[in-house]
Amino acid sequence: MQRLIRTLILTGSLAATPAMAQDLNITITNLTHATYFTPLLISAHPEGNHLFQLGVAATSNLQAMAEGGDISGLVTDTTTLGADNVENPAGGLLAPGNSTTFSLMTAIGNDHLSLTAMLLPTNDGFVGLDALKIPTSAGTYRYTLNSYDAGTEANDEIVNGGGTPGVPGIPADPGGIAGTGGTGVTATEANSVVHIHRGVIGDMDATSGISDLDSRVHRWLNPVAELVITVN
Amino acid sequence: MKRKSFYLAGVPLLLTTLLAGCFHANDTNTVVSYQVTVTNLSEAQPLSPVAVILHRSGYHTWKIGTAASDSLEQLAEGGIPAALLAEASAHTSVTATAADNAAIPPGASSSIIIQSPLHGDLALSLATMLVNTNDGFTGLDAEPLGTLSRQESRSILVAAYDAGTEANSETAATVPGPAAGGEGYNSARDDRNSVGGHPGVVSIDDGLGSSVLNASHRFDNPIARITITRLQ
Repeated sequence: MQRLIRTLILTGSLAATPAMAQDLNITITNLTHATYFTPLLISAHPEGNHLFQLGVAATSNLQAMAEGGDISGLVTDTTTLGADNVENPAGGLLAPGNSTTFSLMTAIGNDHLSLTAMLLPTNDGFVGLDALKIPTSAGTYRYTLNSYDAGTEANDEIVNGGGTPGVPGIPADPGGIAGTGGTGVTATEANSVVHIHRGVIGDMDATSGISDLDSRVHRWLNPVAELVITVN
Repeated sequence: MKRKSFYLAGVPLLLTTLLAGCFHANDTNTVVSYQVTVTNLSEAQPLSPVAVILHRSGYHTWKIGTAASDSLEQLAEGGIPAALLAEASAHTSVTATAADNAAIPPGASSSIIIQSPLHGDLALSLATMLVNTNDGFTGLDAEPLGTLSRQESRSILVAAYDAGTEANSETAATVPGPAAGGEGYNSARDDRNSVGGHPGVVSIDDGLGSSVLNASHRFDNPIARITITRLQ
């Protein structure tokens, strides 16, 4: 026991170095009108690592997250880095207007924060944060997050269950508002690297038209999420 | 009503100066005065007369993901701030309220001066409707003022919110602004009944045939700039 206490004290003194371990409370709020977040991955990792980068082609593991909400590949990637992860804090989908709050203990050196979750219903849209330097002074910090397009799938806006990487279509509309019979907005994706999402077009026709999405309901503007970090 | 609201006026400002001069020693007896300037950054969305509320912790004009109060619904659907300010005045955490006397056209700015006893947890909330929408509004939720020194200013770019109390039909009968002259507040709730980020408007030019709005009424974030200057 004595040895354990001494070890803890030693750890405590190490924590006073600039790249210190941190105790964070994090809240993520979905600001959209009718777009759900699939299971979130929040990762504290060393500088120089990324889940995604603007202007860079998506990794296959990012593609799996963006097209089908599958974070397992990104979890493996970040675990290999020794990252401190929180996986699926909302216990499934994070509905529009809803929040999820959790704590995250970061190890020394894991001083940058990234997160992703797919936007549903979209083809390959996601909410993201790319390598934010985690503040070190105690306090509460508020950020807003934008929507990104993984650039891996054409935004056809057809809800057909297609969530497997490389398979066209949108897996589902959790809100149950999407229609059917859309002919497809587009069959191509001109920008094949990660970029800012241009939003969805939708239409007012529940059984035909170009899109299965509803232009009055499934729209969004940036920002799509609020992130609040409390450094304890 | 015991609490006083101050519009743009020289006399209350002078009074503030005198009071503040008398009570330097004790913060709780110090009166602080703020100039709050709202600039409308939209193309064709006049902002309804601004409601400003100074308060301590424990008061919120709205909460993301929570149903709007009836008084916020009156502001967000009809542009009328009276009920919101009356409700705020009755709240134990609120120290001062004020309303602008006219709408703010696109591109224009308007200022209000408001004063309150100084408290360490003093915060500013503000709300104003995007009048050419069904129930869109913008503002600030509990912006902390404690760190603002005399003569110091802070500018905040704010996003548009959706009160979630009225469907975004964009029809002439339901949009109260100059684009339509339709109905304002209606207590019926036919949307998702929770406050969130505004998804934007579709408009007739983007295929919503029943919309009274055109391309000029579209907007993106930020929708307004709010500058808070501590005068005394």
